[in-house]
Amino acid sequence: MSTTVWIILAGAVATYLTRVGGHLVLSRFQRLHPRVEAGLNAVPAAVLTTLVAPATLTAGPSELAALAVAAIVALRGGMMTMFLAGAATLIVLRHFIG
Amino acid sequence: MSDGLAQFSRGARMSVPVVVASAPFAVLFGALAVDNGFTVAEATLMSATIFGGASQLVGIELFGQHVAPWLVVLSIFAVNFRHVLYSAAIGPHIAHWPWLQQAVAYFFLTDPQYAEAERIREQGRKIGFAWYMGMALTLYVCWVVESGLGALFGKLIPNPHALGLDFLLPIYFLGIVMSFRNRPRWLPIVIASAAASMIAYKTVGSPWHVSLGALAGVLLAAALPVRESKPVEASA
Repeated sequence: MSTTVWIILAGAVATYLTRVGGHLVLSRFQRLHPRVEAGLNAVPAAVLTTLVAPATLTAGPSELAALAVAAIVALRGGMMTMFLAGAATLIVLRHFIG
Repeated sequence: MSDGLAQFSRGARMSVPVVVASAPFAVLFGALAVDNGFTVAEATLMSATIFGGASQLVGIELFGQHVAPWLVVLSIFAVNFRHVLYSAAIGPHIAHWPWLQQAVAYFFLTDPQYAEAERIREQGRKIGFAWYMGMALTLYVCWVVESGLGALFGKLIPNPHALGLDFLLPIYFLGIVMSFRNRPRWLPIVIASAAASMIAYKTVGSPWHVSLGALAGVLLAAALPVRESKPVEASA
């Protein structure tokens, strides 16, 4: 097998370990400390924020406006409405201001 | 069985926004992978075995720069390290499934999969295997097929920028962050993670901003005084 395939397979094993590992390690504990639980409860918002925030560093006005519109629509509408509103804003603004 | 089928298709339907949002990345990944020296088969294999967009993009980027193989693998591991947290959070809620179903489910534990599972849990409902796989398999099949197509035809997309393809995922992830806004300490956690990830992005560099930013929010949540979970407005 080529080096490329080995890299891919090793990457796949490493990835699976991250996906199964958290549970395997934590399930050894009978009862979770309240602080651990508070920390785990914060995981989704914390991680997903890191996939958004750095993108604003390189974003132009069109991208920032799209995020702002999406955030406002998200206060009222559902996931799909929010997503379409953000995408539409982005496409229209990029068309006019680049 | 028909209930399982209904749950499966409900999961499949919930995956639609994600399929739309991630399609450009799958195609982009395929095109870039070939650009960086992968064959079409290798690009497709990577999507089929790793199934993690950001880590795949980082992987082929480093591969193209001819860095040492172990460093490529380590970077994939670093980008995907956030899954440890998903796994720990979701684990107790699927621990009653047969172990083989759990082993399969963890393979498909991507960002959107975790996010939607959390939303189901937040609505007080149980996470079912049929629902889980309905969403997971739809995402998986689309992701692998689109990567392959991207590898084959990637250079034919006329103007991906005008279609906003490169910025759809941040919009989608923002929507998920917003959907958690009723959780305790949501705003301080988001601010801490946003600030830390941006600083890490500027200093340490990608992909570490994900792990470091998340760590900041999680540590803050753990460090703040533990709030008793009291019945809200019981007297009102």
